[in-house]
Amino acid sequence: MAKQEKLLEIKDLKKHFKLDRNSTLKAVDGITFDIYKGETFGLVGESGCGKSTAGRTIMRLYEATAGEVDFNGENVHTKKTKRELKKFNRDMQMIFQDPYASLNPRMTVKDIIAEGIDIHGLAKSKQERLDRVNELLKTVGLSEEHGNRYPHEFSGGQRQRIGIARALAVDPEFIVADEPISALDVSIQAQVVNLLQRLQKEHGLTYLFIAHDLSMVKHISDRVGVMYLGNMAEIATSDDLYAEPLHPYTQALLSAIPISDPEVERSRERIIVEGDVPSPVNPPSGCRFRTRCPFATDICAEVVPEFQEYEKDHWVACHLYNDKYNDAFEGKKALVTK
Amino acid sequence: MSKLLEVKDLAIYFDTYQAEVQAVRGVSFELDEKETLAIVGESGSGKSVTAQSLMRLTPMPPGKFAGGSILFNGEDLTKKSESQMESIRGKDISMIFQDPMTSLNPTMTIGKQIAEGLIKHQNMSKKEAHNRGVELLKLVGIPNPEKRINQYPHEYSGGMRQRAMIAIALACNPKVLIADEPTTALDVTIQAQILDLMRDLQQKTGTAIILITHDLGVVANAASRVAVMYGGKIVETGNVDEIFYNPKHPYTWGLLSSMPKINNGEEELQAIPGSPPDLADPPKGCPFVARCPYAMKLCENHMPEYTNLSDTQKTACWLLDERAPEVEPPESAIVGGAKVHG
Repeated sequence: MAKQEKLLEIKDLKKHFKLDRNSTLKAVDGITFDIYKGETFGLVGESGCGKSTAGRTIMRLYEATAGEVDFNGENVHTKKTKRELKKFNRDMQMIFQDPYASLNPRMTVKDIIAEGIDIHGLAKSKQERLDRVNELLKTVGLSEEHGNRYPHEFSGGQRQRIGIARALAVDPEFIVADEPISALDVSIQAQVVNLLQRLQKEHGLTYLFIAHDLSMVKHISDRVGVMYLGNMAEIATSDDLYAEPLHPYTQALLSAIPISDPEVERSRERIIVEGDVPSPVNPPSGCRFRTRCPFATDICAEVVPEFQEYEKDHWVACHLYNDKYNDAFEGKKALVTK
Repeated sequence: MSKLLEVKDLAIYFDTYQAEVQAVRGVSFELDEKETLAIVGESGSGKSVTAQSLMRLTPMPPGKFAGGSILFNGEDLTKKSESQMESIRGKDISMIFQDPMTSLNPTMTIGKQIAEGLIKHQNMSKKEAHNRGVELLKLVGIPNPEKRINQYPHEYSGGMRQRAMIAIALACNPKVLIADEPTTALDVTIQAQILDLMRDLQQKTGTAIILITHDLGVVANAASRVAVMYGGKIVETGNVDEIFYNPKHPYTWGLLSSMPKINNGEEELQAIPGSPPDLADPPKGCPFVARCPYAMKLCENHMPEYTNLSDTQKTACWLLDERAPEVEPPESAIVGGAKVHG
């Protein structure tokens, strides 16, 4: 891969929610990564790991608690006038998980899609507005006639197409897709994924694709980040991550995906992680995965692992890959790399 | 192996404001002892209604049996009264649901919910039921069961709630366990734990499982036999190897094709175009006709009969008729192809 231009730089981003006087939920607790122009960055993790909060904080649906997000070199979270904010909002759009909850049931599809066009004054006349909407409907595989209907008249897959058309209406550069296919049936998922990929090629879009379905993320993403309990555990190109996962959590996650091949399923050895994800209100000290990690030793409870580039473009936060702690893991290392 | 459950030509319709929805339109299958039968299909294919009707959990009205029978121990469950069903539910047939938060009673401790069935069906005293409850929680892998049994569902995590639900379902050693999307609401690492647990328990107790799911990975992991449902009908059924390695129905091909393959695949996913049929106005012929790339004129008006491909596999598709053109499954539907070459 040639040296790519950074579209987004996320630096030590934190988003904490205050629950009451004494407790804070650290949903995102210091993540750092870049998203390059034109790529799809997949963000995976289990529920409660902070992946959706990260997506929302990156596009300023939430104000960040600390850290920085630079979009085209400009800090997203600095104070902005209404006008600056509006300009900025045009460049970043979002596609939501639940196509049933994210469309206003009292608006026609035409008006839903045109809302962005109206707000940003992108159409000079009624005719232009209509033409633009019709074009968008066609782009996402719906027909002009659909514009006059209401959301309840559509199936889940069709609604997701409407959500995509709405996001595209303002010509964004960057789209955060938060579990865009999780609510859809398998055969419809493939349709929507193909549509997203085609649009990316045609419009030069950059995606942050948030999902828990690892096989779909592998399919659509150029690079993938794995989150656990508000931290980034590992980042790599999607081929590297699946071929050679480094972090024990990534290994467990990958080995847990059921593969649709009975023979493979019968013969494969699973790494089953015990127990549940601890509460993000009171996360474990040191490495957050240590309570479920088969390799954990004392050092993992004491020191927070550094997020380091272990191989080129392959980042991991785990003491197993830090030479400083070689002694702490004697013998265990061989197990990891088998 | 002996037949435990025999469903014959089952049809279930729902009266709705707009029209009569024919959710299940003539479904037949059998369940043998100790096996796991997976019913796969998309939302609206009728898989959940079929499963719920086995325990007579479909609300009637608006639902109604429009034909067919469900034979369990030689008796037809569709003819039973509500009170007769009560002595079967939880004792002979029990069920676990997709969403363990909404299907447990939030105002009762887990222990009480386990004890309910034991006291009713096995005439246990409260004390005995409590002790058995602790054993069951231990069996399903809940740490510290003596303390946990007195807690309420909200004190459990998602995975533990599903374990508790399994404990409730298995309390009376049912012969049949119906699991309706038991892992859909769970994270993958927890899903792996629950699937493992179900397999373990099946080996210990010998319960036959009907697994309703839309995830072919889960099917490959857990099932011994598979029935593929589409538009209220079973379009193909066979043992798990036949369905994955020798599928014959174009819908099964489509399902297998639309899954991203983890070990290869830059190429575009082979999506099935269109959307499932409207069962308020069901197609006259094959339900898949509108989305089938191989559809012929005849498919529109005539439902194909089942063709027996082996002792276990049968498929309802006109392509299997001797007069039909030869059709090869698309390459994307071939499972394990990469393995052969690699």
